[in-house]
This record gives sequence, C-alpha cells and structure tokens, in this order.
Amino acid sequence: MSHGDMNLTLKIWRQKNKEAKGIFETYPISGISPDMSFLEMVDVLNEKLIVEGKEPVAFDHDCREGICGMCSMYINGQPHGPKQGVTTCQLHMRSFKNGDTVVIEPWRAAAFPVIKDLAVDRSSFDRIMAAGGYVSVNTGNAQDANSLPISKEDADESFTSAACIGCGACVAACKNSSAMLFVSAKVSQYALLPQGQPERKSRVLAMVNQMEEEGFGSCTNTGACEAECPKGISITNIARLNREYLSASLSSK
Amino acid sequence: MGLTGLFLITFLIVHLGINLCALIPDGGETFNMAAEFMGSPFIKPLEIGLFLGFIIHIIDALVLTIQSRKARPVGYEVSKASANSTWYSRSMGLLGTLLLIFLILHIAHFWWPSKITGFEIDGRESHDLYSLMLYTFKNLWIVLLYALTQFSLGYHLLHGFKSAFQTLGLNHPRYNGIIEGVGVIYSVVVPLLFAVIPVILYLRVNGHIAF
Repeated sequence: MSHGDMNLTLKIWRQKNKEAKGIFETYPISGISPDMSFLEMVDVLNEKLIVEGKEPVAFDHDCREGICGMCSMYINGQPHGPKQGVTTCQLHMRSFKNGDTVVIEPWRAAAFPVIKDLAVDRSSFDRIMAAGGYVSVNTGNAQDANSLPISKEDADESFTSAACIGCGACVAACKNSSAMLFVSAKVSQYALLPQGQPERKSRVLAMVNQMEEEGFGSCTNTGACEAECPKGISITNIARLNREYLSASLSSK
Repeated sequence: MGLTGLFLITFLIVHLGINLCALIPDGGETFNMAAEFMGSPFIKPLEIGLFLGFIIHIIDALVLTIQSRKARPVGYEVSKASANSTWYSRSMGLLGTLLLIFLILHIAHFWWPSKITGFEIDGRESHDLYSLMLYTFKNLWIVLLYALTQFSLGYHLLHGFKSAFQTLGLNHPRYNGIIEGVGVIYSVVVPLLFAVIPVILYLRVNGHIAF
C-alpha cells in the first residue's frame, strides 16, 4: 500500500462487546496517503495496532465499492463522513486535511446495538424485510418480461428506490433515529411494480409494524436522511409510504 | 401531528382576520362585532375543537419526543446536523414550547377575562374586547413579547407547513413547488401581521399615531 505524508489524530469509539461500557480512545496515525479510502486508513491503523499487540478496531465492511451497505461509521458528526452521496469505503482521505482530528463513532440507535467498537447490529432491517419486503413468485420458469406491462417512468422510479443498500445512514443521521427512509424505499420499490401488487396492503402494514416493534423513532420530516443517504434516496418515498400506509389501514380487512 | 397542525394553521388565518379588524380606525366597532360573532353559540363547538386540536398536537409532540429519546439512548460525541437539516426543523419542540408559554399568557390576557371571569376597564365591568386589547397593549413589555413570539411562530410554520403535507403523503412533483412557496409566504406574512397589530395598538393607545 502506497503511503503518503498525512498525519491525523483519530478519536475512535472502543467497546468490547454489546454489554460493555465504551470509551473513546485517541490514536495518532501518520503516513496516510490522500488517495487511500477511509477504510484503508483504518486498515493501516489496525495493522499498526496488531504489530503493537493491541486489539484492532472492529468495523463493518465488505464490497468496498459502495454497493453492499456494510460500511458504517459516523465520521466527524456525519454518517459516512463529510461527503454527500458516498459510503465510507468511497470516502477518500483527501477529504481531510493534514493534522485533522477525526472522530469516529458507531451508528447510534436503540435498534442498532453496538456489537463491538464501530460494528453495529443492523438485523432489525433484516427483520423489517422479512416482514414484507418480498413478492410472491410461483415456482417454475420465469414469465416472459413483456407479459407484465409497466411504464418506463414507474420502472425507473422503482429502480431508484431499489438503489437503497440498507446501510442505515438514514437512521444514524435522523435526530429521531427513524427508519422511515429505508422502509419507504423498500415499500416504494414494490408498490410501483406490477409484481408488488398482490401483497401491496399487507406489506406496508407489516413492514411499518415491524419497524415500530424494533424501536426506531418517528419521522419529523427534517430531511436529514435524504441529505446523508449515499444512494440519494428521496423523502418523496416517505410521503408515498405515508399514503400507502394510510390507504392500507383504511381499507384492509 | 400533520392533521392537527393544518387545522391550527387554518385557525391562525381566522384569528388573524379578526385581529386585523382591530386596525380599522372606527373605535373597535368592527373588531368587537367580529369578536361577538366568535362568541356566538354557533362557534362554540369550533372553539372546543380548537382546544382539542391544541391538546392533541401537544400530546403528539410529547409522544414523538419520548419515542425519539428512547430510540437513541447513547448520543453522538460529535454531531454535524447543520450539514443535513435546518435548525428550525430540528427545534420544533423548543419552538413549540415557546409558543405554548405564549399561548398560556395569551389565554390569560384575553380568553380568560372575556370568557370566564369578566373584566373591568376603568373600574367598570366591560364587554368591550377592543378596550381590553388597548388596555393590554399599553404595556411595552407585553407588546414586545407578542411581537417576538412571532419569530417562534414563523420558524415553527416554516417547517410545520410543508411537513404536514409530507406526513399526509401529499407530495407530488407538480404541487411540491406550490406547497413550499405557499408555506414560505404563509410563515412570513402571517406572523408579521400578527406582530404588527400589537405594535400599532401600542402606538395608538399611547397617542403616538393618530389613526
């Protein structure tokens, strides 16, 4: 890994396990290249910690190309750091200045308990998906695509909503720790498609119900989620979710 | 929250309309007529509805606040919320509390004496609400309180107006611009006019202006 000449002070949340009380530890780090991604910078720190015989910092990551939604980290007061429209793995060290102090915290929400250090348990999102984030598909061969007519606009809008990677930045950024942007993106992507129609009403009711059971807060429309979403999911989806929920609650049997 | 909010927004227009009558330089005749109409039995159910609207709006707000606290037991060390949202959208609880304090004083100034206890002007029992208004706004501190409260109202509305539509799912690219535009105009004009009324009455009762 090519090293550069950036020196930083990292203030990182360290927490042994779910039950333990966490604290901030300060780590000076040098030789950072501005071309490194933020995660690579933490890799460098961890290599150093391992050589020193210390416990490396636990953090979530997987694809490192901005599509899996695993990397989290609340960096200097913002989910995924100071840049808009990127995940932490897509954040480069050139977004920071030499000598900066960088504070790194885990997502903070009752529904996202810390597993260790910066890694949080986002299985609450999985349970919301299991509650209704699917379509019924008969077994057998796939239907001919053209047998399901859909307008280009609806297909595009559904696809834009489906771009949600379930990273949880919306929850992390929201002052109420609300998961409305995530749930609304998932409800929207199906509500706009013909395949989503059979479970349209039961889906929205079940997913919202599960969301509430997981202990997420309520939406007060500050728009922080939309501004911090690495995939640019719009809060128009939240309005759609509210519509879907209202009409489903009024008309379901 | 959205429904009660829109209901209260509608109420503000009615309230403002009647208050503006107090500016007509006819010794408060028009204003008192309007006020009398608002005291008629026909309006009574609406008045009860209004109190309910306020109470439900406040209870909703308390529930939301408690939920939010519970949803984030450990807060952030550093939070740069200014990067993603406006201060007033995050401060609706604070702005609302300021408005509630004002509302209690406002009820004590006008509604309570006129509806419950009755009031006296110059030692004589009176039903002249316009005189009560002049009497109240003789005091510069009360005028300042009323005028400054309108900042809280303006910012509360600036977020609340469009937020109510979003909550009710009324979001459509064709109408978003109109909702946003009307919201901004409403949030500036209504509090501004509300602020101007006590100031003019103060100037009038203290003889600084002739009309």
